[in-house]
Order: sequence, then structure tokens, then C-alpha cells
Amino acid sequence: MAEIALSARHDPEAAAATRRYFWARFLVYAVLTLFAVIYLAPLLVVVFNSLREQSDIARNGLISLPRSFRLDAWAQAWGTYCVSGTCEGMKRNFFNSLWMTIPATLISTLLGAMNGYVLSKWRFKGSEILFNLMLLGVFMPGQISLMPWAFLLGKLGLTNSTYGLVLIHVVQGISFTTLFCRNFYVSIPDDLIKAARIDGAGFWRIFRKIILPLSPPILIVTVIWQFTGIWNEYLFGVVFTSGQQQPITAALVALTAGGTTARAYDVMSAAVLIGALPPLMIYLFGGKYFVRGLTQGAIK
Amino acid sequence: MSTHDLTVPVAAPATPWRQRLGTMVPILVLAPSLAASFIYVFVFTLWTLYLSLSSSSLMPTYGLVGLDNYASLWANRRWNIAYTNLFLFSGFYIVGSMAIGLLLAILIDQRVRGEAVWRTIFLYPLAVSFIVTGTVWSWLYNPVDGIQAFVRGLGWTDFSFALTANRNTAIYAVIITGIWQSSGFAMALFLAGLRSVDPDLVKAAQIDGASVSRTYRKVILPTIAPIFLAVAVIQIQFAIKTFDLVAALTRGGPGVSTTFPAIYVYDLMFQRGQIGEGAAAAMMMLAALAVVLVPYSLWIVWRRRAEGRNG
Repeated sequence: MAEIALSARHDPEAAAATRRYFWARFLVYAVLTLFAVIYLAPLLVVVFNSLREQSDIARNGLISLPRSFRLDAWAQAWGTYCVSGTCEGMKRNFFNSLWMTIPATLISTLLGAMNGYVLSKWRFKGSEILFNLMLLGVFMPGQISLMPWAFLLGKLGLTNSTYGLVLIHVVQGISFTTLFCRNFYVSIPDDLIKAARIDGAGFWRIFRKIILPLSPPILIVTVIWQFTGIWNEYLFGVVFTSGQQQPITAALVALTAGGTTARAYDVMSAAVLIGALPPLMIYLFGGKYFVRGLTQGAIK
Repeated sequence: MSTHDLTVPVAAPATPWRQRLGTMVPILVLAPSLAASFIYVFVFTLWTLYLSLSSSSLMPTYGLVGLDNYASLWANRRWNIAYTNLFLFSGFYIVGSMAIGLLLAILIDQRVRGEAVWRTIFLYPLAVSFIVTGTVWSWLYNPVDGIQAFVRGLGWTDFSFALTANRNTAIYAVIITGIWQSSGFAMALFLAGLRSVDPDLVKAAQIDGASVSRTYRKVILPTIAPIFLAVAVIQIQFAIKTFDLVAALTRGGPGVSTTFPAIYVYDLMFQRGQIGEGAAAAMMMLAALAVVLVPYSLWIVWRRRAEGRNG
């Protein structure tokens, strides 16, 4: 820096270059800041409104710095707010989502890891074709499966239950998790597996002793991807559950559908944040893996 | 080493039936997932195809009526709105989020300070659901409480911003929100691409005296061209499957002005009891995806083969 400053004093051309450089940098940061404001504004608005009094919101509009502060809206949104007759807030739906997302994520990730292991290290005749057929599941629009699922869930007695949603998300998720894990395991050298087999290790031993210890990076990516996707899913939730059984996404739409009365923006903001918080936390703490999943899932 | 058949465990000679079981294990492990995927992909698709050719209304029935459902689907004004919206949305959404995504990626690539912070800010919308995004933006678009009220409060009392209140403009509210949600995604992919460009290539261009913008246009962007295609294909997929965003943002309204194919399917199957025609609409969604993805996959395979031959 000092050198630049020195030469700038003596050389008009260098001074001009320095000035150009300065303005270019300024422009870069200005544009980035502008977009950052656009991206953050909606989040800030919701956070503020969840902390403002309803009367403050009614008087000064949604977009305004808070002139009041209280946490009541959060408590109401969590436990006591009334949606179509029941006054239990989002609590129950939050746990519905949790009990749907955790098992579905773990089961689909485990199956994906084992499938990926078979499809990369224990290939057999036709296994590549089978892999490609499984991949088709990634692209299936949910709408195609709605009526068949409705029928199957009915037969299995799983309509309007979290277990039904777990089943759907596991079946739908297998293709993703298999794809992720298989593509990761392909990069593990085959010689490692061969050596283990010569030493007499079998299918499961190699999985436990060699594959799993190398897997944390891909397992974290897969878990994050699955958790976020399943938590945020809406279509199956709204079609196959109702009322108290709904996951939080479906409940949020019901909550904010708005009646004839003045809209309780404070409570609704808190409810929206409750619904957004788990994936946001995962994103903030596992951002690196989140992005990795994104780019891997996208490019392969 | 080379004389051993590697599929046979060497150190511990096993009994024949155990050996046979051993070779079966991988297939047995794969079988349940395969069966589930097979049912999910093929049986479900054929099932819905069958329903789309049947006279199902409130309940599935299995009397075939040929292509009647497709005929009445394409004659329906609302379906017409749905796919017109889809085309409009796809165009703006893809171009818009790719343009913003590329801009942000290039800016971040200028060795800015706090790169991780910028990235985190631009990408966080992707972590939250379309339901959350749609709900919040529906408030912001609300003329009485949202952006319009805010700007009027600042003194521009004539300011008008009521996209979602008008049938002709509501689709643009969906487009803007869609772009807001996913330009960070495009940015992440573009940034990954920019980082994968061979630095020597860039240096060579600079030594030749190329300006920054010329280096990008002539050297860097052409080498990441496949990423443009990948981003576009993924976003077309998003667009075709658009459901949650509209459900939370406009609920298909005002009137039916922001109906999308996925909304139409849901409505016919579960609100109006026209399962046959709903299934036909679902098949059209699948067809649209196939039109995009089949050529793309073939191109990817072809490119891999070509690379394999050359390298």
C-alpha cells in the first residue's frame, strides 16, 4: 500500500490508475451492499415485526423500525395462537415436522450410503443401468405420485399421519442420497477395497472399517440436504395431512390464510420464523456443506 | 495378485453356500431401494397415466375414456393461463436469476473482503422454504401494509406498487420473488465455476493486455459455458414444479391469474374432484420435464464420451 501511495505522488499516470482502482473497488462494494440490503430486508422486516406490538405495526406499517418491544408474539405463535378452532399455536406442527424430518433424513441417508457403496464398489452386471433408473426419481414431479400415494397410504392405514410422510420422503429421497453417496464413493480408490478383500474382509466389514470412516463429508452433505428439503416440503404435507397432523409448512399457510379480522402480523411473523429457524440454523452452521451439496447435486 | 479372482475371499475359504450368499449380499442390500424406486418411478407414472385415460372424477375409477381428459384439459381456459404463466415465469425467472447470480459471482470473485459473509447473505433464501418466502413477500406486496405503504410514508404519496392486487401484474410478483429466492443459487454455481477456471489461462490473457471485462467475456465465461446450461436446466425444473411459492404468495389469484400447472393439478385432484383431468395435467408436467431433461442428459453423456476419447 505504501508503495502505491509513494509512486502515486510522483507519477500522474500511476495516480490515475490508483484512482481508477479505488473507484472500481468502491463500485464493487456498493453493488454488493445494495444487493445485500435487498436480500436481508425481508428477513429484518419479519424479525422486527415478531418483536413489535400489533398496534405499532398497525400504525406504522409493516416496514418500519421497531418502536415497541415485546416477546409475546413468540409465545403466542409457539403455544396459544388459534388456528381454525384449536389454540395450540405452532408447537404441535413444529414437532410434527421434526418427527417427520429426522427419521426420514436418517433412513434415506443410511440407505443412500449402502446403495452408493454397492453401486460404486460392488458393481455387478447391469448395476450401472439400475443406478441410472434410480436417478430418474430425482426428476419426478411430486404431482405424478399424488394419487398412487393416496391409495397406498390408505391401504397401509397411514393417511393423515407423520409416518405416511416419512415413508413418502424416504422413497423420494433415496435417489438423491444414492446419487450423492455413489458419486463420492467412486473417488475412493478401488485398491483399498481390493486389499481389504484379499485380507478376507467381507461386504459389511469393508463398509464399517473403510467406507464409513471416510464418509463423514458426504454424510453431512446428504443429511443437511435431506433435512432442509424435507423440512421445507409442502405439497405432500398439505395433501396427506390435515389440522393437528400437518407439518409446519402446511400449518403456516393455514395460519396466514387470514380471516376477516385485522391480520396479526406480530404473531404470524413469529410463526414464520419458527418455521424457518431449523433450516436457517443448519445453513448458518453447516454453510460449507450446504453449498457443497448444492453444487454437487446440481452439476452431476 | 493377478492370479486371484477378487470376488472370492482368499484368506478365509468359505463353504459354497456361504460364498453364494456372499455374492448375493450387495444385491440384497440394493433390492429394497431398487424396488421402492422402481415402484415410485415406473408404477406410479403408469398408474397416473392410466388415471389420466380413465373417467375418474371424485374417486379413481378404471373405465377408460381415451384422450378425453387431455382434450378437455387443453380446451380449459385456466390450463391455458397455467402454461402461459409457466412460460412467462420460466423466461424471466431463469434470465433474471442467472443475470443477478452471475453479476454477484463476478463481484465476489474480485477478491473482496468478507467473501464468506457476502455469500452467506446471498444464499440464505435458498435454505428457507418457498412457503416462508412466499408468505413474507405476500405481506410486502400487500398495498395497505407493505412496500407501497412504506414508500408513501416516506413522502411519495402517489407511489403505486400493488402487483398482487391486479390480475395482469400478479405473475410479476411471483417472478420477482422467485428471482429473489434463487439468484443466490445461480451465484453459488457460477462462483464454483469461476474458481475452477485455470489461473494460467487468466494470467495469459492479462499478460496479453486484455482488460478485466475482456478477460471475462473472451476467456473466463466461455470456459464455464456448461455451467450456464446446468443452471438453466435446473431452474427450468424448479419452474415446472413451482407450487409452494405460488400457494403461499398468491394462492393462484387474484381470480385464477397466477395458476401454474402444479396448482392446477392439485386443484383438480383435491378440490374439484376431477381426478382424471388432474392426472392428465400431471402427465403434461412430466412431459415438460422430459422435453428439457432427456436432451440435456443425452448431451451430458455424449460430452463425457467425447472427453473420454480425447483425454
